Amino acid sequence: MADVIVIGGGIHGCSAAFHLARRGVSVQLIEKDTIGRHASGVNAGGVRQIFRALPEIPLSIAAMRLWERIEDLLDDDCGFVAQGHLFVAENDAELEQLKARRDTIVAAGFDHEELIGASELRGLVPALAGHCVGALISRRDGAALPFHTVQAFRRQMRRLGVGVAEETRVTALRRTSSVWAVETAQGDRFEAPVVVNTAGAWGAAVAAQVGERVEMQAVAPMLMISERVAPFLSQVISAAVAPLSFKQFANGTVLIGGGYEGRAHPDVNRTDLDFRKLSRNAKTVYDLFPVMRGARIIRAWAGIEGRMSDGIPVIGPSQAETGLFHAFGFSAHGFQLGPIVGSIVADLIIDGTTELPIDAFSIRRFNASEAGSRPGYSAGI
Amino acid sequence: MKRLASVDDLPASCDLAIIGAGPAGLAAAAAAAECGLHVLVLDENPEPGGQIYRGLGAAPASRRQILGRDYERGDSLLSGMLGSTASYLSGATVWMASRDLEIGVSKDGMSRIIGARRILLATGALERPFPILGWTLPGVLTAGAAQGLLKSSGMVPQGPFVLAGTGPLLWLLASQLIAAEAPPLAILDTTLLATRSSVVGALPAFLASPYLLKGLRLMRSVRRKVRVIGGVTELRALGEGHLRSVAYRVGRGKTETINVEGLFLHQGIAPNVNMASAAGCDLAWDRVQLCWKPVTDSWGRSSVPGISIAGDGAGISGAEAAAGFGRLCGLDAAARLGRISEAERDERALPARRELSRYARGRRLLDLMFQPPDTFRRASPDAIVCRCEEITGRQVTEIVADFGEVGPNQLKSYLRCGMGPCQGRLCGLTVTEMIAAERNVSPSEVGYYRLRFPIKPVTLAEIATLPHDDDDVRAVVRG
Repeated sequence: MADVIVIGGGIHGCSAAFHLARRGVSVQLIEKDTIGRHASGVNAGGVRQIFRALPEIPLSIAAMRLWERIEDLLDDDCGFVAQGHLFVAENDAELEQLKARRDTIVAAGFDHEELIGASELRGLVPALAGHCVGALISRRDGAALPFHTVQAFRRQMRRLGVGVAEETRVTALRRTSSVWAVETAQGDRFEAPVVVNTAGAWGAAVAAQVGERVEMQAVAPMLMISERVAPFLSQVISAAVAPLSFKQFANGTVLIGGGYEGRAHPDVNRTDLDFRKLSRNAKTVYDLFPVMRGARIIRAWAGIEGRMSDGIPVIGPSQAETGLFHAFGFSAHGFQLGPIVGSIVADLIIDGTTELPIDAFSIRRFNASEAGSRPGYSAGI
Repeated sequence: MKRLASVDDLPASCDLAIIGAGPAGLAAAAAAAECGLHVLVLDENPEPGGQIYRGLGAAPASRRQILGRDYERGDSLLSGMLGSTASYLSGATVWMASRDLEIGVSKDGMSRIIGARRILLATGALERPFPILGWTLPGVLTAGAAQGLLKSSGMVPQGPFVLAGTGPLLWLLASQLIAAEAPPLAILDTTLLATRSSVVGALPAFLASPYLLKGLRLMRSVRRKVRVIGGVTELRALGEGHLRSVAYRVGRGKTETINVEGLFLHQGIAPNVNMASAAGCDLAWDRVQLCWKPVTDSWGRSSVPGISIAGDGAGISGAEAAAGFGRLCGLDAAARLGRISEAERDERALPARRELSRYARGRRLLDLMFQPPDTFRRASPDAIVCRCEEITGRQVTEIVADFGEVGPNQLKSYLRCGMGPCQGRLCGLTVTEMIAAERNVSPSEVGYYRLRFPIKPVTLAEIATLPHDDDDVRAVVRG
């Protein structure tokens, strides 16, 4: 019997298993498909601190410290590059919004988001259309390769002796005295005193096994990628108002995302794309990066992601049962948090506490009695 | 037939959209239009005819003579569509045909999304990948590409060249090149002698099939004019920057080399399943034809309601069978949309059904006889598997060893094989078969790439400027 069962082999589950195992805890991970099959493996790969909901910022800053030494941690560079992430204003009204955002985070005691004017912006991003008037920049932000990152975690899990059961779907989760029994559709049965729910878009269903209700929707944020284009961009670009996440990889391909949603069918692992929405996404790029107009789009896709009604994840102990910990519903911006969330989960399990502030992420906020006072956060990129 | 000029001329919706104007698409269009359906045919080529009847309408008599009598069979198919009420857009790239029955069409740098009550995919076949060392060198072409040049512009190779591989098309091309007075130096035949014994069981049916005489006659006439080197077990294309020679081995013999400027490779064709796969149609592995096939019923209906598949895209069966099957699909569309009764459909389908069973007879033997050998379906360690991303056989086997129970999609995410502009058309079968061999499981357990739209590249500008007046399309009722 393992010490801990982790349900869900995305980046958070793999990170949790990794951090637990390196502290000597024996772990069994169960994944209904394959490691990194869903949102963790197919997201835009943004590693950003900028424009996060305030409660996420301390976690994001701590995560960034891990990203900056990711090769030491995982023996793999995970394709991580940090050339900055900019939110670009196309007019003065948008620039005012960025200023207000800057004021908000400064008031909260953070200073990683800086305002820059048109001339510095042009110097940094010469390919950007001339009408842009300024930007908010987080200079240490960047991007990594999502699937490679999850696989790097997988290799470390293997090295540390974590048991991994892929293509194994959890059907029931029950606790008797101090042991959890996890039953699967494949007929395997796993037992452990502690369970971690990192089931992403399926996390609400796992929580429901112990009677915990959350407001979560399975969503399908769409992405497009171009053929190789001569290098013109090293930073990650977002727009102040239009949904956009835009970056060029080292191989020249250009990724276009931003959160336009297709339809998610989590029961059959399928997403349907909506090209009318992708057309709006493409139009934003058409306007901001004229160099991209003739570039050919060679593929579009969407992963399945869990989005909480208030736009921030559930992290922390179950309120219904002891020995159960949640980390799911990252609402389309969980990739960067992956390395730190696993560490938080390990701390909660082993030490009973964490140094990082996670109260805002408690599943408690979905209790009917507290729901009225819940703040909302905008969904990320 | 109404010839449309641009995507602006496309109707917002139609009864039956047919993708591909080869034999299956042409026959389906004529049959469905006959029943009163509003038919739209979308085809990528400048003229109808598909690969087999490429350039038929415009071919001069001299070229027709070279290409042979079969080529002219396309005439009646062509006139069937020309005389129908179908609308037709040539030079149109369909980059989406979704399970919502929405179709993304691009022509001349403009795209539109239109709707259809039913969709027929008649996207034909692709040549099977032939991942030998050096197959990406300039000077190495597929036999199909060489034949395409001959059909569309009468072009024949200028320098010395050889043909290598197996399958009917290889022999057909050889005979056509001989007729065009540009014979190959040799044919390096990779047909497995061992398979010939497994073939005996299929022989009686073959003897009664229309393929027999045609095939034997063709091979005999080629053998009279060209040196055929049988039993080839190893092939490499050599040269720096351009093909200079081909190295080969017969059986376990020593390696021989021929100096050439051209090498035309062919080892059969496989259904082009990319559109069907991206639309979500179920696929199944065909153990005889060694390829993926969409799962279809006897009327060509796929697992996605509203989408049918006809012709070689539904399973390799040849041009004549494709036309027959296309007709069935056209009639079935009319029945599904209430234009004719099912009884009437069955009645009208009888001649085509009879024709189909005639052609089905010899198919199995043909498939068994020309089954490409294992060694040529899998890449050696240094040979390229994925041409777009230049992934080698060694990289594939290493990742399989690292991941264990891996499938093509993990390889795609990790190695990027199949991630380039061709969307896996040139490596999908190789990758599936190599994983299956490494894991010692069947290809059906391994699966295929999950493909996504756009199935063909389309410019950002086209996507950005898609007309946004399409809400009415969504109200189209599925038939």
